[in-house]
Amino acid sequence: MPAWVLLAYLISGVCFILALRGLSSPESSRRGNRAGMIGMAIAVATTLAVHEVASLPEIIAAMVIGGGVGLVTARRIQMTAMPQLVAAFHSLVGMAAVLVGAAAYLNPEAFGIAVRITPILGPSIVSILPVSRIEMGLGVAIGAVTFSGSVIAFLKLNGNMSGKPILLPLRHVINLGTILGIVLLIAYFTRDQAPWVFFTIAGLSFAIGFLLIIPIGGADMPVVISMLNSYSGWAAAAMGFTLHNSAMIITGALVGSSGAILSYIMCRAMNRSFISVIAGGFGGEAVAGGAAAAIDRPYKRGSAEDAAFLMSQADQVIIVPGYGMAVSQAQHALREMADQLKKEGVRVKYAIHPVAGRMPGHMNVLLAEANVPYDEVFELEDINSEFAQTDVAFVIGANDVTNPAAKTDKSSPIYGMPVLDVEKARTVLFVKRSMGGVGYAGVDNELFYRDNTMMLLADAKKMVEEIVKSLG
Amino acid sequence: MDFISILSIFVLACFVGYYVVWSVTPALHTPLMSVTNAISSVIVVGALIAAAAGGSPSSKWLGLVAVALASVNIFGGFAVTARMLAMYKKRERQGDKTHA
Repeated sequence: MPAWVLLAYLISGVCFILALRGLSSPESSRRGNRAGMIGMAIAVATTLAVHEVASLPEIIAAMVIGGGVGLVTARRIQMTAMPQLVAAFHSLVGMAAVLVGAAAYLNPEAFGIAVRITPILGPSIVSILPVSRIEMGLGVAIGAVTFSGSVIAFLKLNGNMSGKPILLPLRHVINLGTILGIVLLIAYFTRDQAPWVFFTIAGLSFAIGFLLIIPIGGADMPVVISMLNSYSGWAAAAMGFTLHNSAMIITGALVGSSGAILSYIMCRAMNRSFISVIAGGFGGEAVAGGAAAAIDRPYKRGSAEDAAFLMSQADQVIIVPGYGMAVSQAQHALREMADQLKKEGVRVKYAIHPVAGRMPGHMNVLLAEANVPYDEVFELEDINSEFAQTDVAFVIGANDVTNPAAKTDKSSPIYGMPVLDVEKARTVLFVKRSMGGVGYAGVDNELFYRDNTMMLLADAKKMVEEIVKSLG
Repeated sequence: MDFISILSIFVLACFVGYYVVWSVTPALHTPLMSVTNAISSVIVVGALIAAAAGGSPSSKWLGLVAVALASVNIFGGFAVTARMLAMYKKRERQGDKTHA
């Protein structure tokens, strides 16, 4: 490869670093995103310039079709559906990696990863370099896992498949056996480049991606989606090794570490180990017991008028949103409520738990969509000490992340998880559809039965709209 | 490039990734996921090589499909990230019109 090509890919890699660097603040983030686009344009243009292109019209057609689908989806998608969209996009990266791997396997000379051996007798043989075989095998395996895992994650997030964990008997044995099989086959692939080896690696990897994600419950999706994000990066990196392409390697490493760090942050926010999340089965089992306990305890129930009165008298209100807000699309009504309160001289802040919603940062995007200024939105550690000086904590669609049992009850499955100290506020207003359901962890929330808690039982959006009416 | 120089790039990029990602504000974690998604579609480079090369029709078609899939991601990923980032606004203060 000529030096300018290597340089161009390097520049493209640097652009991708800048794209992530920009995300350190909302102001610089838009510039960062543009840097990313420039990086991608450089990578594509360089590749097309340096290779003899035998099929430019087809390539342009493929890009126009794909790009068109992408742009239309990006414009139409609802912000509440972002987790599904990201899962769907991950699956495409995974599939693309598998296809590139297969193409490289079928035509290794085009990728410069093969030597042609011409024996004295018989036709010449194209032998793929052993190092490239390992890289290719890994790339295809990771790509296939990313694809099938993301498809399952998509189906669960999109509601096509129940969010409840599906537990196969002996699943740990099956999974470990399959992973071991893939590793052994990749090792064997270096000695025998027969098609069955290559395609069995791909097939087993598709299977393991599927098997790994089906036992994981809906509430653990933030970890799963971050993990798949990480995998899509490692798949790109493995392909970068195969193609000796620095842009792909840099990007793969960036995306791989990004997903890994997000998984770590999510696990820490749930006080669970990564292994226990991946092993699956959390959520859904204890639900029956928790629901039964919820029925007979006394609690206070309030109306929208009560809530409006309490909040309009307050100095400070902290709003705690959760997945339920996303489900009922209450973010716009919520912002209206906050505007009304501000007019009455109430200070309004938002408190966000790292695992609120179905993906990292999900709540922040929804609030931003509803035009909530981002400097009114605070992370757990920045706002938790303020609840004690707050008149009203308004919990909407969140549950487990507010459960005081995480701090006090050692027998609780969520014990040790960092939670928002909403119970320290003078009054807690808790918006919930009904008393029957419990959070994803399947634990009853003792917050409901506290003296300073008032339950607002209704659909989140309807309740907030009624409060807005009473305030006006 | 030999294997060791490639490996060096990879290892150093992992460190860069580690520090850069920790400095991302948690409020932007969703855009972080969508933009990493877009940039990991740089795998389109491999797809283009396969699609551009002569010699193997099946490899070419696999490459073309991969180009299409990666393009969905590139255009969709950057566009949806831009759409989200445009939503993040600062509080409006009286007389202050400098916000984006």
